[in-house]
Amino acid sequence: MSATTAMVEPPPPQLRGWPRKRIVGYALVGVWIAFGLGIVSYLFFAWNAAFFAKYAPAYLQGLGVTLSLVAISMVLGAALSVPVAYGRMSRNGILSGLAYCYVYFFRGTPLLVQTFLVYYGLGSFRPELQMIGLWDFFKDAFNCGVFAFALNTAAYQAEILRGAIESVSRGQWEGAASLGLHKLQTLRKIILPQALIVALRPYGNELILMIKASAIVAIITVYDLMGNAKLAFANSFDIQAYIWVALVYLVMVELLRHGVEWIERRITIHLKR
Amino acid sequence: MPAQSIWTLLSWGPDGWSDDIAYGVVVTVLLALATLPIGLAIGFFIALAKQSEEPSLRLAANIYTTVFRGLPELVTLFLFFFGMPILLQHLVRFFWPDATIDVNSFVAGMIVLSLIFSSYASEVFLSAFRAIPKGQYEGGYAIGLSYWLTMRKVILPQLLRIAFPGLENCWLSLLKDTSLVSVVGLAETLRNAGVAARVTKHSFLFYGVAALVFLCLAVVSSFATSAILRSLGRREAQR
Repeated sequence: MSATTAMVEPPPPQLRGWPRKRIVGYALVGVWIAFGLGIVSYLFFAWNAAFFAKYAPAYLQGLGVTLSLVAISMVLGAALSVPVAYGRMSRNGILSGLAYCYVYFFRGTPLLVQTFLVYYGLGSFRPELQMIGLWDFFKDAFNCGVFAFALNTAAYQAEILRGAIESVSRGQWEGAASLGLHKLQTLRKIILPQALIVALRPYGNELILMIKASAIVAIITVYDLMGNAKLAFANSFDIQAYIWVALVYLVMVELLRHGVEWIERRITIHLKR
Repeated sequence: MPAQSIWTLLSWGPDGWSDDIAYGVVVTVLLALATLPIGLAIGFFIALAKQSEEPSLRLAANIYTTVFRGLPELVTLFLFFFGMPILLQHLVRFFWPDATIDVNSFVAGMIVLSLIFSSYASEVFLSAFRAIPKGQYEGGYAIGLSYWLTMRKVILPQLLRIAFPGLENCWLSLLKDTSLVSVVGLAETLRNAGVAARVTKHSFLFYGVAALVFLCLAVVSSFATSAILRSLGRREAQR
């Protein structure tokens, strides 16, 4: 934190009357309120018990698919990110070059392209895949989604892990070495506890990004939350199909964001003075 | 399949698909470049509102970023692409009862991407604002500059320099997000590659080409941004 922010400043003087800023601010808040009321009243007047009865269970199921997709690919990605992060930090040129290329590819290309590459692209290698018995796995759109998402998030998580480990100062390694701890012990007992505090927020952001990105699998015919919304819209031409799904995503993301903030406050309590 | 057929497929002209994909690349780049100034401008004003002393302005700006950062890009795009014509139709019907409205996928993509880009860019601008000491404003006022003149001549040049790396990240994710607009029918890189893949049944080849195109765009923009940063640094050194 810079010196200027640490300096205590008097609170800004309260604006009196109706300066231009206040008028603009109230107008903008008014627009948002009107927008919100518009959506609420639309949902109220467009309330369609048949629509709800027909699609609400599908939405719930889709929510389950979305959550399991994100959970599985986050865990697989976390597992895969460890060797990648190791490669990125290794002094071996070939290893670090390979890891760099992996990370660059998956961070430099859109997730949609990667998903298409897995779902449609691997179809080109059907005979080969059938020969080694992997075709049954890649036949399923959900599996393809998980595969692409896990590879993608592994690249991002590897960078998070690397950044967090490198944020712990060298002295910690040296101190541990002088106490006679070997490398793995140092990593587990000294480095990771400090690094994971740093990594918590990026991991939370990555989780949120994954939940948002998971809407993409709707395009490769997975019936996740978004996929069910697409289906509902295609059948009914009722825009509330998308409004409901937007609200669900928004609530999920906000809950997660506040949850991560709460955890961060809890685990950094000992660092506050 | 002989290797030569792949080269035919990738050739320029009626037999190959390179010209279609190149056309798509142009659309991708145009979309991103058209979004950039709008997104930057909105993002700047959102950041200004967020650090204002007026609570209602802060509230409005925070709602904006919460909504557009919280919604998946695809959902925002679909909501806009399918919802906006309905809304506009209702409004326009008041005046011209038999008008119909179609949203162009390029324009829809541009608007949605600038909403998303601006909400991320506003965070970058906000943290850059916080890095500029208060004395800079006070110095500007002390020599008799007005608020907007101080902003333009004193704050903005420093702000852009501080915000540049963050904005570069926003730009890279903007480039990647343009691929989503293919879903609503814009003939950009991914969609044209997809058409080629469906027609020729060489899916891996053409989606691989699309991935390489995006990779190249990322490499090119990282070269461009490092050149800009170097020239900024040189100007800094001359002072």
